[in-house]
Amino acid sequence: MKVTAQPSADTLTLLLDGELDASSAIVLDTELAKPDILNFRKVLIDCAKLSYISSAGLGVFISHLQRFQDANVKLVFFNMQEKVFNVFEILGLDALMTIVPSATEAEAA
Amino acid sequence: MKSVLRVACSRAHLQEVRDFVRNYLDSRQLSEVVVNQVVLAVDEVVANFIIHANGEDETQFLDLTLAIDEHDLNVEIADNGDTIFLPGPHQSPDLRAYIQQGRKGGMGMALVNRLMDRVEFFTRGNHTVCHLSKHLA
Repeated sequence: MKVTAQPSADTLTLLLDGELDASSAIVLDTELAKPDILNFRKVLIDCAKLSYISSAGLGVFISHLQRFQDANVKLVFFNMQEKVFNVFEILGLDALMTIVPSATEAEAA
Repeated sequence: MKSVLRVACSRAHLQEVRDFVRNYLDSRQLSEVVVNQVVLAVDEVVANFIIHANGEDETQFLDLTLAIDEHDLNVEIADNGDTIFLPGPHQSPDLRAYIQQGRKGGMGMALVNRLMDRVEFFTRGNHTVCHLSKHLA
């Protein structure tokens, strides 16, 4: 699992590459836990190369969501593969998180 | 055709487990979504056995068996450790509460129960065994 951070003005884009499981979730958790992340207005998660997510990966996002909301930082997922979206959908997380098809829509969200 | 895999109780082996399941299902012409659902269910149960039942003790191991009978996939995950690990009755997680609490865990078995048609945990001697099955159209 590789996480690449691309800061740009008030937006931070995190590109996820690989499989997010109980072994690799710590990499993402470390990135989302950085205090500076709350200085951005938006955190966009580019999921184009995220090929797998388990409950441990979902748990990382869930555990930071309230902290982001409290700081008025919007978390937006985009470019999600169908099989990965299906996992969010099965748990009902698609109704609780902002997931949009493309980068353009993520920037506008 | 049956396929078996033995893995030591380290979360570093989860990738190997997922690849094992993917390779087994590769010739079945299933959709990516269905393959991923089975892979995820097995990964979640294996991760639970490794982390919660065995405390990531690499001297312990799990035996996985995959078999397809007609259109039904049957998975057996046998924990060779001596800790009996039987998840409680299935409850749907309250995700809004989890978000408010900043909670990381507690969704794995809910996923497994939604992904598979049948989920059973039982004891065999002093070991725990999990059976999963799913009808593959």
